[in-house]
Amino acid sequence: MIISLAFLIVSVLFITGIKLLASPKTARRGNLIAGVGMLIALFAVLPLLHDSHGNAVSLGKWFLLITGILLGLIVGAAGAYKVKMTAMPQMVALFNGAGGGAAALVAAIEFAHVTRDSSLTFVVSMLCAAIIGAVSLSGSIIAYLKLEGHFDKPVTYPAQQAINCVLFLASVLLAVVMAAGSHSMVLMLLFLALALALGVLMVMPIGGADMPVVISLLNSFTGLAVAADGFAINNIAMIIAGTLVGSSGTILTLAMCQAMNRPVTNVLFSAFGKVDAAAASADVATGSVKPVQADEAALLLGMAARVVIVPGYGLAVAQAQHQVRQLSDELAKKGVEVSFAIHPVAGRMPGHMNVLLAEADVSYDQLIEMDEINPEMDRVDVCLVIGANDVVNPAAREDKSSPIYGMPIIEAEKAGTVIVMKRSMGKGFAGIENALFLRDNCRMLFGDAKASLQELVTLVKAG
Amino acid sequence: MTAEMLIFFIFVLSIFLGFELISKVPSMLHTPLMSGTNAIHGIILLGGMLALAAADGFIQHAAGFVAVVLGSANVFGGFMVTDRMLQMFKRKK
Repeated sequence: MIISLAFLIVSVLFITGIKLLASPKTARRGNLIAGVGMLIALFAVLPLLHDSHGNAVSLGKWFLLITGILLGLIVGAAGAYKVKMTAMPQMVALFNGAGGGAAALVAAIEFAHVTRDSSLTFVVSMLCAAIIGAVSLSGSIIAYLKLEGHFDKPVTYPAQQAINCVLFLASVLLAVVMAAGSHSMVLMLLFLALALALGVLMVMPIGGADMPVVISLLNSFTGLAVAADGFAINNIAMIIAGTLVGSSGTILTLAMCQAMNRPVTNVLFSAFGKVDAAAASADVATGSVKPVQADEAALLLGMAARVVIVPGYGLAVAQAQHQVRQLSDELAKKGVEVSFAIHPVAGRMPGHMNVLLAEADVSYDQLIEMDEINPEMDRVDVCLVIGANDVVNPAAREDKSSPIYGMPIIEAEKAGTVIVMKRSMGKGFAGIENALFLRDNCRMLFGDAKASLQELVTLVKAG
Repeated sequence: MTAEMLIFFIFVLSIFLGFELISKVPSMLHTPLMSGTNAIHGIILLGGMLALAAADGFIQHAAGFVAVVLGSANVFGGFMVTDRMLQMFKRKK
């Protein structure tokens, strides 16, 4: 009774926590409240622990339990406090993979305890948890490796969807055999192996730019696997927490795809490179690249009444968030109104750029979302694009043959002058030309973003 | 109504609750949200603890131990990294 009440409180704390995460003012408190819920859950489960005969847990097992928890705590804390903010998506992928792996293992252990009297719900829940958890584990690892840059291109091979389909059907068939009464551990291991392979093959063909969508989807997968384990173990807190994560992850995944104007099926089942190759020939951008020197750029910025900065992942790669904040501060001192226009998928995850700028002490009311800034763009004097490419490419609005056609963009080209800071004339993540760079009102400031920004800060200060 | 059916009710209602809670989050908080919900599914640690407690034989013990370590890393790492991100969201005076 008391334990059930404790789990009820835990569920309420999780729900409140997620609710508070929805606003910047309360988000941190929301996370802490959910954390408190988790601590309560950890203590509430202690009286429920017993061995396979229903007896009290032996001293040796307590030792294993506590050692395991402490080990996970150390590894998790080390990862959480050491990871660079730019590598956040990789970290989330790893933690998510850990959760998925744990869910699959729990299901496998429970499966070993299945008897003839076990209910069908019990067995089916476990099988669901095993397959979803294992897919999430191997998929997350591949996503991590892709984000770390270990695979340059989406890996494609003929008939990949047919092969994935066959694999999936084989696992379902195996699951049916096991649910029907073959409780052999060999079958379970084969089942897990199939699921792991499925996770790898699902993620391999997807391009690195789409990894955030994949991680978000796998995050919701892990949630569902945990909920399924909750069904099998009959733990209500696990069911509620897992399901909440499952449905939230789905919403987040869809929101991300919406921001890129691509149906989720397109992200998951077609390698981006293919669309690209077909459309590249239709590129008809005309004009010339007009380079600008730092002193002239500083002059343009200093004289402007309103400056909008469009940061992209290139800014984060150059580790120049602090320099861009300094530039914004210096300009503000001169009476220039500075704001940051944030594309929903800027960075490597939705909201990633906000985190990176927040780390550099940029106030969050200076960050303006795409839909709010676009109507005001023609009243902006200078738009400074730093390390962003596809999210300001006018082809998304004008060129129907472009693979990014229809993706909402920040309409940088409407500003009086556009200054694009870029390392070279290379292509963006989508691998396509950017007509913005050839516009009459566009100037290119070539060089390393950090060095260039540092130069701009000095020049604006002096000027 | 059977206990199983009741649990199924809770499951379905939780799905809708999740949709409602999340749909109103501004995109600037999507990363912390993904990370925060990622930490919440770390509740699988409870499953790992229950499974390890009920384990028989070396293989089950080993699997249970790994599940506890992974679940614990998911929980503690997840909440800590989310907090580290969120403490940076400040409004300047």
